[in-house]
Amino acid sequence: MAVTTDTYTAPARSFALPKIRTRHVVMVLYLAFMLIPIYWLVKMSLQTNREIMGSFTLWPQNPTLDNYRTILTDRSWYIGYINSITYVVMNTVLSLAVALSAAYAFSRYRFIGDKHLFFWLLTNRMAPPAVFALPFFQLYSSVGLFDTHIAVALAHTLFNVPLAVWILEGFMRGVPKEIDETAYIDGYSFPRFFVKIFMPLIASGIGVAAFFCFMFSWVELLLSRTLTAVNAQPITSIMTRTVGASGIDWGVLAAAGVLTIVPGALVIYFVRNYIAKGFALGRV
Amino acid sequence: MDKVQNNKAWFLVLPVLVLVAFSAVIPLMTVVNYSVQDTFGNNVFFWEGLGWFQEVLTSPQVHSAFGRQLMFSGIILAIQIPLGIAIALCMPKRGFWASVCLVLMALPLLIPWNVVGTIWQILGRADIGLIGYTLDILNINWNYSRNPVHAWIIVVTMDVWHWTSLVALLAYAGLQSIPQAYYQAAKIDQASRWKVFRYIELPKMQGVLLIAILLRFMDSFMIYTEPFVVTGGGPGTATSFLSIDLVKMALGQFDLGPAAAFSIMYFLVILLVSWVFYTVMTNLDKAEGR
Repeated sequence: MAVTTDTYTAPARSFALPKIRTRHVVMVLYLAFMLIPIYWLVKMSLQTNREIMGSFTLWPQNPTLDNYRTILTDRSWYIGYINSITYVVMNTVLSLAVALSAAYAFSRYRFIGDKHLFFWLLTNRMAPPAVFALPFFQLYSSVGLFDTHIAVALAHTLFNVPLAVWILEGFMRGVPKEIDETAYIDGYSFPRFFVKIFMPLIASGIGVAAFFCFMFSWVELLLSRTLTAVNAQPITSIMTRTVGASGIDWGVLAAAGVLTIVPGALVIYFVRNYIAKGFALGRV
Repeated sequence: MDKVQNNKAWFLVLPVLVLVAFSAVIPLMTVVNYSVQDTFGNNVFFWEGLGWFQEVLTSPQVHSAFGRQLMFSGIILAIQIPLGIAIALCMPKRGFWASVCLVLMALPLLIPWNVVGTIWQILGRADIGLIGYTLDILNINWNYSRNPVHAWIIVVTMDVWHWTSLVALLAYAGLQSIPQAYYQAAKIDQASRWKVFRYIELPKMQGVLLIAILLRFMDSFMIYTEPFVVTGGGPGTATSFLSIDLVKMALGQFDLGPAAAFSIMYFLVILLVSWVFYTVMTNLDKAEGR
């Protein structure tokens, strides 16, 4: 028996070195798979439309920033970014403001119906936007909010508030309850304790929740497109309308796409260790 | 953590309740309303009963959309879960390169969904796209806007590109939580690489993998934007999934009754999966607390 295990493990050990190399190869291949499509978009954004359509090249022959100049000077393009950022920021602030206290309640107290409520929040995060598109359209039209930033911001709370509550609850449960009790003994009132002591303790959690609210509102298209027409039209919606038109300016479209990736790419480094936690609703 | 019983906590939850009630309950009630009524316009509605539900349940169009949706979610899970685990196992454990991998892998997750669609729409084109052009050179008659199989290939590839990193990141987080002592014990026992994976890594990843499977199922089940941008649901109805059909019905043709009945049944499926998700989560929390 001992002999067989020996003969079995010996080749496994000699394979140890190439195995590490396989890992690297797989990783490099996967990262290439991740990056090539993004590279292609960046490449096209640096080309003129004539060059894109004229000849097939792997890198821009005469790199130009004209496409970006078009977007940043043409109001019908850059207004889309302003609209998007407006409602995304509104949504993030709103979601966090209401989610903080609720997450605290869920992480610290038991109360009638708490589990049902927590579950109900989850179902909203999971709800398909397609189901809500038409009712939202009618609801916001009837109260006169159609085509405003606040309408989109409110609509996105549908999935962002549950997300924020779940993420924040995940972080808050990591803070020992003794801290709350000590603060109360020291004579802190609840609001003062919450702002002065508790919020700094979960600062990273708030940052992560804010990042994910921002992200999920930023990437969403269906609801924001349905609820806007002209005044609050987000950049993502402006882009799809361009796709439908004849004679697409691929270079400008690519540049617009690259600019939508920038906000995420800028802050991703700071949340890299929490990405899994955020996407898994504060668990993991 | 043992929690204190205190019903005053309701006041802390109240803002969330009001806000989400406004953005979820009111719209849902509208949907329920429409699902049992019919109209000839002019806002005059009359009772229809369960007629719309019968119509939707027996509609071959809905059946085939549901079939396509299940097939899509099935393919997505079958590719992304094993691939994600494999990638997580290949990732560096810590240090500079781990950060680089995390950041680069997460990039597709943060791109607006219609830009993801645009990227792959361009990539697949035979005249200006890398993939389309390469296949064209290889003499493959590639046309994803005509050939349903090609349309499926591009949509599935796109989703694999978009979301596999999520599975990988979750699995990676699960792997990170395994104490080094487990591996040392395995080394002393001379366990093979496969056995380490099967008896140490896989059980420890079980919780996160369940989350990953449920999240991927949910999100692929309600996918709309990406296939809408790339193929528009075509050619024909080859890639028109449930959400695309629903939006077409509700916002395109304003068939309020069938769309509402459709929505409610769609939502029930979601509810069921959410419940499984929730149970997994709470069991996980309990196991953690022990």
